[in-house]
Amino acid sequence: MNAISRGLLALAALLLLGVFFKPLWKITLEAPQYPEGLGMLIWVNDITGENPHDLYNINLLNHYIGMKYIEPEKIPELKVMPFVFGFFVLLGLAGAATGSRKLLLLWVGLFVVFGILGLLDFYRWEYDYGHNLDPNAPLKIPGLAYQPPLIGCKTLLNMKACSFPAEGTYIALASLILGLAALMLSSLGGHKTEFTEAKT
Amino acid sequence: MKGGRVKRAALALMALAGLGMVFSQTKHMSKEWEEAAKRVYVPSGQHDEFYVFFSGGFNGQVGVHGVPSGRNLRTIPVFSVNPENGYGYSEETKGLLMTSHGFLPWDDSHHPELSQTNGVPDGRWLFINANNTPRVARIDLSEFKTVEIIEIPNSAGNHPSSFITQNTEYVVAGTRFSVPVPQKDYPIAEYKKWAKGTITFVKVDNSEGEKNNRMDIAFQLLVPGYDYDLAHCGKGKSHGWCFFTSYNTEQAHTLLEINASKKDKDFILAVNWKRAEQCLSEGKGKKVKTLYYHNYVDPATGIAKSEKRTSVTVLLPKDCPGVAYYLPTPKSPHGVDVSPDGEYIIGGGKLSVNQPIHSFTKMQEAIKNKQFAGEVEGIPILKYEAVNHCEVKNICLGPLHTEFDDKGNAYVSCFISSEVVKYSPKECKVLDRIPVYYSIGHLVIPGGDSAKPWGKYLIAMNKITKDRYLPTGPELPHAAQLIDITGKKMKMLLDFPTHGEPHYAQMIPADLVKKHQKKIYELAKNKHPHAVKSEDEAIQKGVVRKGNEVHIYMTAIRSHFTPDNIEGIKVGDTVYFHVTNIEQDWDIPHGFSMFGAQNANILIMPGETLTLKWKPEKPGVYPFYCTDFCSALHQEMQGYIRVSPKDANVKTCWWTGDKKKCAG
Repeated sequence: MNAISRGLLALAALLLLGVFFKPLWKITLEAPQYPEGLGMLIWVNDITGENPHDLYNINLLNHYIGMKYIEPEKIPELKVMPFVFGFFVLLGLAGAATGSRKLLLLWVGLFVVFGILGLLDFYRWEYDYGHNLDPNAPLKIPGLAYQPPLIGCKTLLNMKACSFPAEGTYIALASLILGLAALMLSSLGGHKTEFTEAKT
Repeated sequence: MKGGRVKRAALALMALAGLGMVFSQTKHMSKEWEEAAKRVYVPSGQHDEFYVFFSGGFNGQVGVHGVPSGRNLRTIPVFSVNPENGYGYSEETKGLLMTSHGFLPWDDSHHPELSQTNGVPDGRWLFINANNTPRVARIDLSEFKTVEIIEIPNSAGNHPSSFITQNTEYVVAGTRFSVPVPQKDYPIAEYKKWAKGTITFVKVDNSEGEKNNRMDIAFQLLVPGYDYDLAHCGKGKSHGWCFFTSYNTEQAHTLLEINASKKDKDFILAVNWKRAEQCLSEGKGKKVKTLYYHNYVDPATGIAKSEKRTSVTVLLPKDCPGVAYYLPTPKSPHGVDVSPDGEYIIGGGKLSVNQPIHSFTKMQEAIKNKQFAGEVEGIPILKYEAVNHCEVKNICLGPLHTEFDDKGNAYVSCFISSEVVKYSPKECKVLDRIPVYYSIGHLVIPGGDSAKPWGKYLIAMNKITKDRYLPTGPELPHAAQLIDITGKKMKMLLDFPTHGEPHYAQMIPADLVKKHQKKIYELAKNKHPHAVKSEDEAIQKGVVRKGNEVHIYMTAIRSHFTPDNIEGIKVGDTVYFHVTNIEQDWDIPHGFSMFGAQNANILIMPGETLTLKWKPEKPGVYPFYCTDFCSALHQEMQGYIRVSPKDANVKTCWWTGDKKKCAG
């Protein structure tokens, strides 16, 4: 790896630290009787309300339709994710320090895989919350599920539910782009090295 | 250079155009509201077109506003004491709040209903229910005063009340909470064994003349132990019937939120009260021992009398076939409303997105053809398909209550989706919808639940206020919204706050109420046993001691009391101030308050006598004064009472100016 790639990878790894300080995803609920809106933030290790008590109030609303309570402590992914991101930071730094292109490749590859898995997992959770409803719920509308969209907005009963990536995800994405840039630049330089090696 | 100038000019032009657009838009907005403002503005000195009577909910009172202005005119105390005018504090009014559980200072008032003649609101009286400790009150609209309250025995949670029949023959009451009848100690878990519901028909004496003991319990129908929620009586073709929604046919006794929401359909109970009258005349009712109070104001004295009643006639549906039927109705129905022609019986499926409409004609057919799906405790269950006219699909979320206009349209309040939806019950079609802020409960149209709606305005009574007005901390007023319903599309006109929690309301053209307003009470006709009709009489009677009980006879007129100086009162006495307002002019009340009295003030209308009780505790000289700014010399309207020690030997004397008298 050339110095630029190494630098970019180091930057990507360090930038990734940002996900520990910014939420990854944001789900909002809008309804007339909530003029201030209700919001839920998904962090690497927690789910919180956008404003104090929002999560409490969202759970209260969900009980009408029999949706499971959203309890961050019962979501194992939130315990694993900090380590995964920590791992990516360390792996990226290791790649930058050693200049190993293999590590860089591994970093980018794993990152992409992890991103896809993460989204799939998020969708699975949303599906579960939206479909797996208490049959004894007071409000049962035949054929209606309450799964919020993965990205975008959807009207669920009287609520407009919107789900969008938040700063944390953009940071991760920026980090990935830096990693990809490092990979592209490194492959330019790397090709040469390999060629030289092959010659000798 | 030149190009730059052109560019700048173009930019400026664009900016101007943008600004123009913004302005035209704001102007457009304000024009709409300007029009609305014109519709609701009532110029200084002019009167509103309608009265609206809001129940006060947890304040136990009735709030009176003018429409279209929304101006708050008065709060009529009904089931809660009102220190503002001494209701429930004065000796004269305490009797109205007596029950078999003693004197109750508070209740929860939900559903006002105007008296009707031929199905049309007539402006004589307003009835309203007490939900917590079951009672029905009657307010005389010539005085805007509660004049009669009857307790409902064998009941709890008197929610499906106080709805009336089309000639005010009856006021109905019912049990939102089923209870043991009669009350008895049972394990709660044995609910199905002890829970009983009662539907009570209170007979109303509609004869003319000044009398206030008009209500009497005719009979109670003993029904299965469900939660009877709301009611409305038939009119026109369905006159003779009353309809009651029920939920919790699951008969849950805990976590009803879940456990009473399980069944797909609950019931509307249809009661044929003319059939009940027949059965009663055949002696099929049973006299049952119980205890309840009937309180009413004696019009001659103005004093509330409390009479104990010890029995009630109970009718069992199985002893009177044809008296009651169940109409299956989806999803824990809340409101039940009958169209002006009496044909459609509409249940508000509060957990549904559909609005079920039953047909009275179909119901009659189904009864004739015995299209039954079962029977509960002698009450046949009619087949849903046999009685159902239609379901208005996807009408809204959580339809609760329907009111009607005079063009065959219906308007339903939708709690969950916070909107009012206009629809045609005949064609089962949604016609229009308008959002309301936020979470509407009931709605009201003048005469909107009668045979003759005045379809001009609709008021949405919203449960949640949040950011609609200037904030007042965590506790906010409720929000009423006035909507114009004269056009094809509903139009929002005005927001105004209300007091307590208006549940239902009644609206009526003001003229029907204005025409028989009392302005004063005739002093000459005042038969209060402690009234004094002149200052001379007040000095003559003055202070009368009966042991520790002291009666003070007093007049109030601008701007003094007679007597205003009193001596001879002792610690340990119980003093009764009988104050007669001897004014005979409109809107000259006098107030009376006593320093240190563990009591309220009393507000005495011209020609009226009210009594304030006071127990002096410490020797001294204590002032009393007029609390109502009655005249230019109101501040001078004051007096003193000398309180002496228990064993003091002070002569009992009283005077105002030169007019003086002493006891003995």
